[in-house]
Amino acid sequence: MSRKIVVGFDGSDASIRALDFAISRAQAQGDNILIAHVLEWSPYSFLTPSEVEERHRRRKEELQRAEAAILTPMVKRVEDAGIPCATTLRYGHIAETLCRIAKDEGAAMIFIGRMGDSGFASRIFGSVAATLAQVAPVPVVIVP
Amino acid sequence: MKTRITAAALAALAAGPAAAQGIDETVNQVFANSTGWFVSLIFSNFPGTTFPWIVGWLVVAASVFTLYFGFIQLRAFGHAIALVRGDYSDPNDAGEVSHFQALTTALSGTVGLGNIAGVAVAVSIGGPGATFWMILAGLLGMAAKFTECTLGVKYRNEYADGTVSGGPMYYMVKGFAERGLPGGRILAVMFAIFCILGSFGGGNMFQANQAHAQLINVMGDYPGWITGVVMAIIVFLVIVGGLKSIASVTEKIVPFMAALYVGTALIIIGMNYDMIGQAFQQIFAGAFTNDGVVGGAIGALIQGFRRAAFSNEAGIGSAAIAHSAVRTKEPVTEGFVSLLEPFIDTVVICTMTALVIIITGQLISDPTTGMFVLNEAGDQIRTVTGNTGVALTSDAFSSAFGWFRYILVVAVVMFAFSTMISWSYYGLKAWTFLFGEGQTKELIFKIIFCLFVVIGASASLGPVIDFSDAMIFAMAIPNIIALYLLMPVVKAEMNRYLGRLKSGDIRKYE
Repeated sequence: MSRKIVVGFDGSDASIRALDFAISRAQAQGDNILIAHVLEWSPYSFLTPSEVEERHRRRKEELQRAEAAILTPMVKRVEDAGIPCATTLRYGHIAETLCRIAKDEGAAMIFIGRMGDSGFASRIFGSVAATLAQVAPVPVVIVP
Repeated sequence: MKTRITAAALAALAAGPAAAQGIDETVNQVFANSTGWFVSLIFSNFPGTTFPWIVGWLVVAASVFTLYFGFIQLRAFGHAIALVRGDYSDPNDAGEVSHFQALTTALSGTVGLGNIAGVAVAVSIGGPGATFWMILAGLLGMAAKFTECTLGVKYRNEYADGTVSGGPMYYMVKGFAERGLPGGRILAVMFAIFCILGSFGGGNMFQANQAHAQLINVMGDYPGWITGVVMAIIVFLVIVGGLKSIASVTEKIVPFMAALYVGTALIIIGMNYDMIGQAFQQIFAGAFTNDGVVGGAIGALIQGFRRAAFSNEAGIGSAAIAHSAVRTKEPVTEGFVSLLEPFIDTVVICTMTALVIIITGQLISDPTTGMFVLNEAGDQIRTVTGNTGVALTSDAFSSAFGWFRYILVVAVVMFAFSTMISWSYYGLKAWTFLFGEGQTKELIFKIIFCLFVVIGASASLGPVIDFSDAMIFAMAIPNIIALYLLMPVVKAEMNRYLGRLKSGDIRKYE
C-alpha cells in the first residue's frame, strides 16, 4: 500500500530541496506526496478596526496567491516525476498545523527543509524544524 | 507719550510667552460658548428633580434588556469565555478574525482615559459611593452591549469584495424595514450625526485633553496646543497617510499596558490589604447614604452611571460598529463575546482605579464627622493635592510607587491614541453612511478629526468632558429606541442558538 508523505512547503530554497528529496524517496518506495503550505496565523494577535474589516478579503487574496504562486507549480513538478500529488493550504502555527495535517491525513512521514539558522534568532523564536522534531506524531525528515 | 509707547512695547514683550497660553484660552472660550446649549439640553433634569433624564434613559434601558433577556450576562458568561478561547471556532476558518481579536479590537476603543481619568472624576465628585453605581451600571450594561452587537452583525452590509459595514445605522434602516417599522432612516441619520460628533468628543478631545493633563503633570506646564498638534500629526499620519505600523504597534502595546495597569493596581491594593474592608464599606455606605458629596447618594449614582456609560459605551452603539466587521455564522455569538466588554472595562479596570484612589486616601474627609470635605468651589471633594481627572489617578498610583507616574504617562498616551484610532473608524463609518464613500469625502472627515485633537488638548477639562459626555449620550437616544424596537429579533436569535447549543447541534471543536 502506498504511503502518504507530508512535505512542509513555504516556497523557500530549503523547502524545494525537501520536496526534491521527498520526490526521490517517493519514487523509490511508491509513496504519494501531500504538499502542505501553512500561513502563519494566530487567533490571539491584535488588530485595528480597519484590519478587522479587511481581514476576510485579505484572507481570500492570500489563499489565491499561495495557491497560484506556490502550490500549483510544485504540483506539476511532483506529477512530472510520476508521483500522485495533493495539496493543502492552512492557517495556523506552522509546526502545530503540520502535525495536525500529518495526523488527520494518516501520513507516514513529514519532510521539511531547514533554514539553517543557528544563531540568536532561532534560539529566541524557535525553529519550525526543531519544534517538529520534538512534537511530531510521525517520523520527521529534516533536509538541510 | 513716549513713556506710554515704551510701556506698551514692554507689555507686548511680556505678553510674548503669555500669547501661547492665550491660544488655549481662546479655544476654550469659543468651544465652551458654542457647545453649551447642547450640553444643557442633554443633561437637563427630570422636571422637579436634580436627576438628569439621560442617565435615567440609560439605566432603564440596561435594566430592561437585563430582564428581557433573563440575565443573559450571567447565563452566557461562561459560554462567552469559551467562544473567546476558540472552543467553538471551526479550524477551517483559521485566518479569519477570531472572537478574541474582535473582542480586543472593540476593547481598545473603550479602554481609554474613561477608565483612568473618568473614574477619578466620578469619585472626586460622587465620592466612593459612585464606584458601587459604576459597577452596577457595568453589569447591567453587559445586556445592552449584547443586544446592540447581535443586531450589528445580523443587519450588516456585506459587499462583493468581502468587506463589511455595520453598526446601528444599518440595523436601524434594514431591521426597521424588515419588521415594517417606520422612521428607521431618520433614526439612522440622527445616530450618524451624533456618532460623528461623539467621535470628535469622547473618542478624541477627551482623550487628547487628559493625555496632555498627564504630560504636564509629569513634565511641567506647557501649552496644550503643542501636545494637540503633535498628537494630531501622528493621528493624521495613521488615518490619512495609511501609516499602519504606528497603529499596529499601538494595538500590540495597549493590551500589555492594560495588564500592567491592572497588575500595579492589584499590587497597591494588596499592599494596603487592611484598608480593603474600609474601602468597600465606604463604597456601599456612599452609594445609599449621604457622605457629604454634592447631591448625596443621588449625586453618587449620577456620577457612577455617567462615567460607566462613558467608559464602556454600552447602549451607545459604537461597539456594534466594531463587532459587525467580524465574520461569524451566528450573529448572537458576537453578542455573547461583546458582553465581556463592559465587564472587563468597567467591573474590572474602572473598579481598580476607584479602589486605588480610595485606598491611598486621596479624598479628604472630616475625621470627626466622617463626611467628605468639599473644595472651595464646592463642586467636588477636596483631594490631597487638589487635582482631579488623570492627575488624581496619577497621584494615587504614585503615592505607592513614585515612578509609576512615568509608566502612567506612556499608558495614557497609548490608551488615548488607540481610542482615537478606533473612534476615527467609527466616525468615518457614520460619515460615509451619510455622505457616501469616496476619497475626498473621507479625507474631509479625517482632517476635521485631527483638528479636534488640537482643540481637545487646548481646552480645559470642564467644557471638554461636558461636550464629550453630551455627544456620547446623544448617540444613546436613537440607538436605544432602535434596541427597544428590535429586541424581539435578538431574543429569537438567542433562543434559537441556545436551543441548538443545548441539543448538542452546536458543539466544541477539539
